[in-house]
Amino acid sequence: MAGQPLAELRDASKFFGSVIALKDISMAVSAGEVMCLLGDNGAGKSTLIKILSGVHAPSAGHMLVEGREVRFKSPREALDAGIATVYQDLAMVPLMSITRNFFMGREPTRGSGVLSRLDTAFADRVAREEMHKIGIDVRDPTQAVGTLSGGERQCVAIARAVYFGAKVLILDEPTSALGVSQASMVLRYIAQARARGLGVIFITHNVHHAYPVADAFTLLNRGRSLGTFRKEEVSREEVLNMMAGGKELDQLTAELEEFSRADGASPQGT
Amino acid sequence: MAEQTVSAPGADERLLKTPLSRKLLNRPELGAVAGAVLVFFFFGIVAGDSGMFSLKGIVNFLEVSALLGILAIAVSLLMIGGEFDLSVGSMIGAAGVVIAIPAVQFGWPLWLCIVLAFGVAAAVGYANGMITVKTGLPSFIVTLAVLFILRGLTIGATRLITGRTQVSGIRDVARDDWLAAIFGGDAFTGLFAWMAEAGIIEKRMDGLPVVPGVPMSIVWFVILGTLATWLLLRTSFGNWIFACGGDKIAARNVGVPVTRVKVLLFIFTACAATLVATIQVLDAGSADTNRGLLKEFEAIIAAVIGGCLLTGGYGSAIGAMFGAIIFGTVQMGIFYTGVNTDWFKVFLGVMLLIAVLFNSYIRKKVTEAR
Ligand SMILES: Nc1ncnc2c1ncn2[C@@H]1O[C@H](COP(=O)(O)OP(=O)(O)OP(=O)(O)O)[C@@H](O)[C@H]1O
Ligand SMILES: [Mg+2]
Repeated sequence: MAGQPLAELRDASKFFGSVIALKDISMAVSAGEVMCLLGDNGAGKSTLIKILSGVHAPSAGHMLVEGREVRFKSPREALDAGIATVYQDLAMVPLMSITRNFFMGREPTRGSGVLSRLDTAFADRVAREEMHKIGIDVRDPTQAVGTLSGGERQCVAIARAVYFGAKVLILDEPTSALGVSQASMVLRYIAQARARGLGVIFITHNVHHAYPVADAFTLLNRGRSLGTFRKEEVSREEVLNMMAGGKELDQLTAELEEFSRADGASPQGT
Repeated sequence: MAEQTVSAPGADERLLKTPLSRKLLNRPELGAVAGAVLVFFFFGIVAGDSGMFSLKGIVNFLEVSALLGILAIAVSLLMIGGEFDLSVGSMIGAAGVVIAIPAVQFGWPLWLCIVLAFGVAAAVGYANGMITVKTGLPSFIVTLAVLFILRGLTIGATRLITGRTQVSGIRDVARDDWLAAIFGGDAFTGLFAWMAEAGIIEKRMDGLPVVPGVPMSIVWFVILGTLATWLLLRTSFGNWIFACGGDKIAARNVGVPVTRVKVLLFIFTACAATLVATIQVLDAGSADTNRGLLKEFEAIIAAVIGGCLLTGGYGSAIGAMFGAIIFGTVQMGIFYTGVNTDWFKVFLGVMLLIAVLFNSYIRKKVTEAR
């Protein structure tokens, strides 16, 4: 889909004290496009999406939403602009219930003025429905999130972002703790969001998740961008190599073969 | 747990039917309510014939409870929001003289002095909140500093202006003040007079009822407790309080205005302290720079007995109310039974220890897989 990008970074940098987390990054996501962010641990992927979601202000550079320059002072402003995020650490409060976490910061209310009150029945119903769609049957939406399994927790965060994401959906390693069926459900969500005209930014270390849904790949390395590649330009193997640095992977394969030979040779029990 | 049964088909088969007892156990205020029942029961037996549970006795210990409870309700909201306020005790002393000095020394109308006191409280709460949030320092330390600063300022300024540490003479200026009427005195006086007339409650020798009405402190206590509970459980702002105390980074990342929530909660505790100060000043007819000493700890103890976690994110305003009622009942109960009041402190410490152990057990139950 051509035209103006939904969200865009131009020469953005982020420093934490003396640490250069990002340097001169330019990246854009358009409506109906899935942009996959690739890079090693510590490459700066999470930092980049935290700039887009209003958690960090960029130390230098510009940020544009639908062509207009913006400066988010808080994640709330990013959410108001239609940018919803699944953070790597999920942003869940373990002591609070599923429903209260689901609607945290954006609670549905009834009545107005001083009589404005939580619409708990609506909230419970929506939380349960949205979780059902992702393939998790919530036993009791008033159950504390702290009692959920890691994957279930991740699903609450994803369902929440999908429910509130109006323009841009950002997912930071959303499938890391998920079972096969929930992970494929998330990929289906991403495809659905694209079909609805949202822009999606997707971070993953799993090439089998990245390659089928992505339209483009942006590669980060030690805080710098190595460029953006359209899917037509690269093969699955090339993406895999970009993720890991191809040479290292070849080396690993050779080493593993070495191990298995050694295993076979040595007697058992040592 | 043994009586749990598998639920009927149709519902999730992994869900055991939760017995009512288990549901109650998940309420943060359970411990405090049980404790209050126990304490009533105990003093009902030990001090049953001492007049403690006569109408006058009940009003007495409820009044003590209410003054602490007003503080404890505000402190519990702040604790759920993940912060402490150790300056509330000093705030009581400060607010008292902020009301008394202009009223007595400068001849200001009392209502203006009360408004001024609440303005000062809002400023102190705002400062507490902003310093805590912006520096990221523990509120324990920030408000400990403010505790000393406020107390010192109060004593210093009062001595400078009046030459003493007490300001009396409030009674005369309070007599016809419209605003003083909602903080001091009694409510439902007409009803009590009628009940005395009808023989429902006892009369004094002069024909007036033994208790003229419900003290305003108790009225405020109930109103604030109800509002705080509604706020916590039924409004967006309540959800934000739990979120800020549970995990402030997560809360911020999903759009909760953490700074605003915390600052408002600090303002609320300072204003609650000022409410207590106003009631006391009108009741005693004087202000004393030493008022409110150690009240910050008593309020925290009441909130913890009421189920608030020291780490934030969990607790209840009703619990804090019952925590304060336990506090007031035991304090007055010990007085009525004639036991040396030194033992009250021992009881407090033991109570606090039990409450903390109980709370941490409950927290494990709530957060860990069952
Ligand atoms: N708040 C912070 N203060 C200081 N340094 C930070 C901060 N946040 C991130 N960094 C640093 O910035 C670099 C990039 O971190 P980031 O979390 O963006 O990596 P990532 O690409 O998401 O890694 P991963 O794949 O492990 O999630 C790291 O070296 C990290 O130490
Ligand atoms: Mg990351």
